[in-house]
Amino acid sequence: MEHVIDDTRPIFVQIAERIEADILAGRLAEEEQVPSTNQFASFYQINPATAAKGVNLLVDQGILYKKRGLGMYVAPGARARLLEKRREEFFERYVVTMLQEAEKLGITTDQLTEMVHRGVKVP
Amino acid sequence: MSTVVEVRQLTKSYGGVTAVDQVSFAIEADKIYGLLGRNGAGKTTIMRILTAQEFATGGDLRVFGEAPYENSRVLSQICFVKDSQKYPKSYRMIDVLEQAALFFPHWDREYAFALIEDFRLPLYRRMSALSRGMLSAAGSIVGLASRAPLTIFDEPYLGLDAVARSLFYDHMLEDYTEHPRTVLLSTHLIDEVSRLLEYILVIDQGRLLLDVEAEALRGRAFAVVGPAATVDTFTAGKDVLVRQLLGGLVSATVMGTAEDRKRAQELGLEVVPVSLQQLIVHLTTAPLARKAVEVP
Repeated sequence: MEHVIDDTRPIFVQIAERIEADILAGRLAEEEQVPSTNQFASFYQINPATAAKGVNLLVDQGILYKKRGLGMYVAPGARARLLEKRREEFFERYVVTMLQEAEKLGITTDQLTEMVHRGVKVP
Repeated sequence: MSTVVEVRQLTKSYGGVTAVDQVSFAIEADKIYGLLGRNGAGKTTIMRILTAQEFATGGDLRVFGEAPYENSRVLSQICFVKDSQKYPKSYRMIDVLEQAALFFPHWDREYAFALIEDFRLPLYRRMSALSRGMLSAAGSIVGLASRAPLTIFDEPYLGLDAVARSLFYDHMLEDYTEHPRTVLLSTHLIDEVSRLLEYILVIDQGRLLLDVEAEALRGRAFAVVGPAATVDTFTAGKDVLVRQLLGGLVSATVMGTAEDRKRAQELGLEVVPVSLQQLIVHLTTAPLARKAVEVP
């Protein structure tokens, strides 16, 4: 697990991202218990309220759910929903940016397609 | 949410010098607050007024709903850890612990001894023979084990090495989690401490510059770099915290949303993240006293 907290972005967002990454990578399975707010707080040396805010962000999105008296668990279908969300972000962050940059450099769609194929071969 | 400290228009003048200038803020129960600012900004004076060690020359002050002066109901609920704590000549750590046990109603003796071991403090050596770092550790131990509903640490880590500071942060978080209480911590080691804080108060030249949730601040400040005209187009109508010339380019630090960042990028400006520490350094190095910053 990445241990370093970046002080230029809200920490609760980073906590949420780390949990998401663990779910995507299969380190946290569906219906598995997520570390408690206090465990996150002591592991990352952050305020417990901040850790709770990160966990609650994922509860609001239906990625985690609360079992009364037991703690937070990964919701069924969470991984599929995260993958869908990440693909959408991938399109926005990489594809759209790539197309804008390609246009600036006068790269045509055909050339771009060719480049992608070339890149795939490169391992 | 109950309020532990309420301060309105608090002012402290010494002769012609205004050390605290019409400061107003509230501190909510069971949260960790950071009081940040440069040396001489007025942090210690504010803490001394809150703990009735000094009188304000103006304004209104309520601690646990009452005026703190000569008020044992209030003062027994407060532990103030000063960086310049004086002890009677013959005192050893064991005597300090005994006194603390008498004074603080929530004192946890076992916890205090566990901390002594963790910080490796000698129990029977005179306080006057302790190093700067050991004295800081002693203060931190009293502050933690007091479990006072309002615990105030004034620069608690002076002379502590990195290991001992980390130990202090670990203990504070852990014990705060188990026994929630209100903590006010002054520091200039912002990078180290800021992630422990839920709220931040920034003081500069006696005035309150910021009173904000730490997470609301983090990630809001960013710098844009580019040609002056483009930077000015982008920052029009925004509160520019810092504006610097970098060769032919201008760098401007502003507070904004993710959309603002996107717009800056679309204008061709370089967007550089600004850490909380950098932001506060920028805010408190401005040559002129500035207005309090609005954080939406």
